[in-house]
Amino acid sequence: MKRILFLLLPGCFMVFFAAAIVHGQSVAFKENIYDPGMLKPTDSHLKVKVGDRAPDFTLPSVSGEPVTLSSFQTKKNVVLSFVPAAWTPVCSDQWPGYNIVEELFAQNDAVLLGITVDNIPTLFAWTNQMGKLWFPVLSDFWPHGAVAERYGVLRSDGVAERALFIIDKKGTIRYIHVNDINKRPHLEDLMKALGKLQ
Amino acid sequence: MKKRSIFTTALSIFLGLFSISAFAGEQPEKGGTLPPIILSVPENPSQKTYLGLSQGKTFALTDIKANVLLVEIFSMYCPHCQAEAPAVNRLYGKIEADPRLQQSIRVIGIGVGNTAFEVNTFREEFHIPFPLFPDPDFKTYSALGKVRTPFFIGIKRENKGMERIFLVQLGGFGSVDEFLDRVLQESGLNGSVKEGENR
Repeated sequence: MKRILFLLLPGCFMVFFAAAIVHGQSVAFKENIYDPGMLKPTDSHLKVKVGDRAPDFTLPSVSGEPVTLSSFQTKKNVVLSFVPAAWTPVCSDQWPGYNIVEELFAQNDAVLLGITVDNIPTLFAWTNQMGKLWFPVLSDFWPHGAVAERYGVLRSDGVAERALFIIDKKGTIRYIHVNDINKRPHLEDLMKALGKLQ
Repeated sequence: MKKRSIFTTALSIFLGLFSISAFAGEQPEKGGTLPPIILSVPENPSQKTYLGLSQGKTFALTDIKANVLLVEIFSMYCPHCQAEAPAVNRLYGKIEADPRLQQSIRVIGIGVGNTAFEVNTFREEFHIPFPLFPDPDFKTYSALGKVRTPFFIGIKRENKGMERIFLVQLGGFGSVDEFLDRVLQESGLNGSVKEGENR
């Protein structure tokens, strides 16, 4: 009987977790989204903390212009949105959501920089499915995930965490949120954090 | 006794987990019925009146006072839902502009995985005039078989309430006029509207 219990329990948990995967996927991406299933919620260790000076970087963007973080200093607050990978669930709708709230970012005198470890051609094809994005999308492809690694959000399988950083006009990190990779962070939490900069 | 106890424990765990997993329902199909969907009563009094809801904190879709209910399953984060929003607004406008349709049809949206803040963001961005409801923990989404968005469901009243699905539409519906015609035809409202016109 113990053997039955032993065999039954893992099966039950597999059924349960398979059923627990919920993403809310748009038809915009047709059948092109690769679903990796449930992943370890977080898989990295932060290398920066609130109050630290944000590590500077320059990354190529989908539009062709390289973007340097420090170029926003004294001008704009910056939100860095790391997402794990192109063509995966959750990531594929997180930025389209941000795409309709440009005004909310503007109210907080903030710009948004989207970052993944994918290369530019992949990001080009993927973000084209989202419509025209108002914010730069940056490729942390080579050296692979170097910026994600400097911030401590590069996972052991080489993709980034689903992480948000707010950097103020002085270049200081004011907010860090590493979300469960399987879920989308709530917009209101980010907006509340941005509101506190004023 | 001990064996029975282990067996009972295993069975209980299995049934408990199975019942949770079984919560992921079937996708809605034409001719079928909707699973029970419970939503919070809107705070906005005009929306409460629009849906014919009385006091209470929650309501079931079957409580909505109408002959036909159109439900849009959407997400603030879904680019096609964003692109479709003006067309859905026009559809609502056409229904509201026709006194007979206005009496018979109600339109609502359910934002899957969206918090109240996110639903409100969508409402404000696209000036959505009909009631929208959040589904932050994906309960409705799971009950509806995790349909992709946008997804439209047409439900008509039968003897026991608002429950028979007469139309399902995955993705944008194209022409507003053609979709409205389809709603009227497939719900059977077309006949009753024409009968009304002849009176």
